[in-house]
Amino acid sequence: MKFKNFLSWQRFTSFLSLFFLIAGVFSPLQSFAKEENFQELLNQLSTKDFSAKFNVIEEIALKNDPKTQFILNSLLEGKIYLIKSTKKVVFALKENNKYTTTGLFKNEPLGIFTKSEVSKIRINNKIRKKIKTSLALLDLTHPDESTRLTAVKSTYKSINKEVFNIMQLLLKTEESEDVRNSMIVVISIYNLNSDNPSERLRAIEILEGNLEPIVKVQLKKLIDNDLDKGVRLKAQKAVEAIDSKIEMFKTVETLFFGLSFGSVLILAAIGLAITFGVMGVINMAHGELIMLGAYTTYVIQLLMPNHIDISIFAAIPAAFIVSGLVGIAIERGIIRHLYGRPLETLLATFGVSLVLQQIVRTIFSPLNRSVSSPEWMSGAWEINGILSLTWNRLYILVFCLIVFAGLIIVLKKTSLGLQVRAVSQDRSMARAMGVRSNWVDAMTFGLGSGVAGIAGVALSQLTNVGPNLGQAYIIDSFMVVVFGGVGNLWGTLISGFSLGVINKFMEPWAGAVLAKVLILIFIILFIQKRPRGLFPQKGRSAEAN
Amino acid sequence: MKLFKDISKVAMVASLTLAVSTPTFAADTIKVGILHSLSGTMAISETTLKDTMLMLIEDQNQKGGVLGKQLEAVVVDPASNWPLFAEKARGLIEKDNVDAIFGSWTSVSRKSVLPVIEELNSVFFYPVQYEGEESSKNVFYTGAAPNQQAIPAVDYLMNDIGVERWVLAGTDYVYPRTTNKILKAYLKSKGVADSDIMINYTPFGHSDWQTIVADIKSFGSEGKQTAVVSTINGDANVPFYKELGNQDIDASDIPVVAFSVGEEELSGLDTTPLVGHLAAWNYFMSVDAGVNDEFIEKWTAFIGDENRVTNDPMEAHYIGFNMWVKAVEKAGSADPEAVQEAIIGITTPNLSGGVSAMMPNHHITKPVLIGEIQDDGQFDIIWETAGLVAGDAWSDFLPGSKDLISDWRSPLGCGNYNVKTAKCSGQNY
Repeated sequence: MKFKNFLSWQRFTSFLSLFFLIAGVFSPLQSFAKEENFQELLNQLSTKDFSAKFNVIEEIALKNDPKTQFILNSLLEGKIYLIKSTKKVVFALKENNKYTTTGLFKNEPLGIFTKSEVSKIRINNKIRKKIKTSLALLDLTHPDESTRLTAVKSTYKSINKEVFNIMQLLLKTEESEDVRNSMIVVISIYNLNSDNPSERLRAIEILEGNLEPIVKVQLKKLIDNDLDKGVRLKAQKAVEAIDSKIEMFKTVETLFFGLSFGSVLILAAIGLAITFGVMGVINMAHGELIMLGAYTTYVIQLLMPNHIDISIFAAIPAAFIVSGLVGIAIERGIIRHLYGRPLETLLATFGVSLVLQQIVRTIFSPLNRSVSSPEWMSGAWEINGILSLTWNRLYILVFCLIVFAGLIIVLKKTSLGLQVRAVSQDRSMARAMGVRSNWVDAMTFGLGSGVAGIAGVALSQLTNVGPNLGQAYIIDSFMVVVFGGVGNLWGTLISGFSLGVINKFMEPWAGAVLAKVLILIFIILFIQKRPRGLFPQKGRSAEAN
Repeated sequence: MKLFKDISKVAMVASLTLAVSTPTFAADTIKVGILHSLSGTMAISETTLKDTMLMLIEDQNQKGGVLGKQLEAVVVDPASNWPLFAEKARGLIEKDNVDAIFGSWTSVSRKSVLPVIEELNSVFFYPVQYEGEESSKNVFYTGAAPNQQAIPAVDYLMNDIGVERWVLAGTDYVYPRTTNKILKAYLKSKGVADSDIMINYTPFGHSDWQTIVADIKSFGSEGKQTAVVSTINGDANVPFYKELGNQDIDASDIPVVAFSVGEEELSGLDTTPLVGHLAAWNYFMSVDAGVNDEFIEKWTAFIGDENRVTNDPMEAHYIGFNMWVKAVEKAGSADPEAVQEAIIGITTPNLSGGVSAMMPNHHITKPVLIGEIQDDGQFDIIWETAGLVAGDAWSDFLPGSKDLISDWRSPLGCGNYNVKTAKCSGQNY
């Protein structure tokens, strides 16, 4: 017992010194010999054996050297190389297939090498994890509060005596309430395995209702293995409480998934709700108009490579214009000759869709193009250990609502909207009142196509930008419009959201494939009962159909 | 001067047309069919293979062709339409009189071609990793069988990473379903409990991965090391990896090892959130071998784009084509029947610095490599098998195929010989 204590004390002191080191108390005994030793150790990184490499990294992490953090970071970024001729491990920057190397300690230039003269020090996931936790421990005293918080949270998965000791030490000086709380969580998780039952009980009490996955795992272990009955019962209760909370948050999560899936459906369908719903044109090339919007985003990003974060805002109007113009061209060139002949329209627009796909394939190659996501759209909003909502989905949900509101305003408040509605309700009467129905047709089709282009911008953030992008959405779009009721934008909104939510609630037990099948069957049956969809359009044209 | 230029231009054009038109009446060429989709969904992957074949053939012609004859490529486009594959294959053999066909990507297109190739007794090279459970007299499988990709990858995860819980995620078609069946049987033979295996299928081109990724996340949060074995096909991978990145699933927590994601798929993707995820192949562009550097140089020069990548199916065509050339030389004729016999036992260098051999079961020997995705869209090789692995047509882990072997040499000459009942079952594959 004493011996064990002694050992852990030794480890503790080594970490204590590490801590002091980070706190800025550097040893003044930085001698040349020490650097030599360190370099020697680093040179061992050239081994091909990953477990040996792991041990070397562990040693590096424990070195009290101000360079440790830099070296570990560079390793993580893949900037540490071996010069094959001198067998020396150095820092290297790659530029135009040339490697400019510098020493790790004095930054002295060591020459420029070609690819075959150096080899990168490769790391695998295990080592990467080790480096990340080591770096996190170094970050525990970072001046920035949120960095400290992530550092504490990143230790959750690897809580041991050392981490526990460091946390106890740091808890005394930590100022931020949030960071302190998560430190207490770490300490309590460690205390769940304490020798003292009352200590364990207290830890359970603190952790009650905590949704971090690790807490549940540890509590479950207590239920199965603990010798003390009181602890077992208490742990059981805590797990039950956590489970019921998890269930609730899972439902919220599924609801969010459904709404976000629905918003994608609505975005894809809403342009169609105008061209098909209001004008009655079956436009099979609708998907390709979405695709053109996505490619516009790609081109815009190519044009402004240094402003990815704002390129999206430029892409939205650009995609609207590009798809809108192509839409108008399709309407003027083909569809207007085919009004009143739905079958021919369907075939002609299907042909147009194939042509558009092949044009894109010829111009941009059949390979998918990479559209990068702006920084502010990646990652997730972590509400707690269970529930986190991804930013890109949140933004797209909001974006969908904005586009919808915009369209409603255009249709209800502008003179174009008035004319569109007039023509769709009674074409001949509208013409008699002096509405240029040809012009209105072109504009309406352009509007619907432009909105499809905007949808493409949103989809470029979620899925592949390739020639087949549109095909994946055309069926879903028709489904949403038909289900919602042809000619009714609100119907499209409601139907998109409800299809999304139904789909997502079915997916966990039916699987993605079956869920899709079931939805289709449901819609077929629904259309049998109510051929005009959820919200049928009223008015003369509806009756005439 | 200008006149001279114009004349030379005209002459060039004339000679070009001559060069193009001569093969139609010259009997002195050996014709090679290329059956890859150049339009439709699969164009994304298959166009590259068509270009690879054209490059290999051009290269061989510069070396003097085969048996003193020039090779002539006949390119057709089956347009990602599976029945059309069979039709085009028939056209290639009957109308164009090709002596060998290189083609297909998806298993379903191979299955579609199979009866035609067998009926007309031609030679077909299939370059993509596939689910196994097939061995045809006329087909040469230069891609990986499950034991050359899936099984070693699982071994790596189990032994080197210590994975205890498994998510088998795939697209809903024959390759993932069969591979997952084999993997499940394999995992269970290693003592993995049913509750530690989660199997999930998604439709082609699936793009809404929220629920599945959330499920994987909670499946992996039970305290045991979890890994995802992905047979997700083609396009669906991009949104899958994007969702993984967005839901903060780090490769060091839950690594994903993919069997269908290569350099080409990654080139359409921002790879920063993917660093550390894995892929298992028999070749990576980053392989450190002189023959590979040479190949890459030739490829980028041929395609005229310095940034074009190379990938595993391209290597398979490289091996398959060179094997075919050697077999034709050995047989002294490009006659399919003769080539079928001559090619067994032929060895050619592969691109990872070793030598691959054609086995009697029409599969080849290859090394198995595991690579980690890097932020430049390349893979760092972190593990490889000690030696070459011979492709196994019939999996040892499935009850139906355990006892089957394939050996196309005489006297057996059978693709599915049952060692227990000592019978070659009637079907051809």
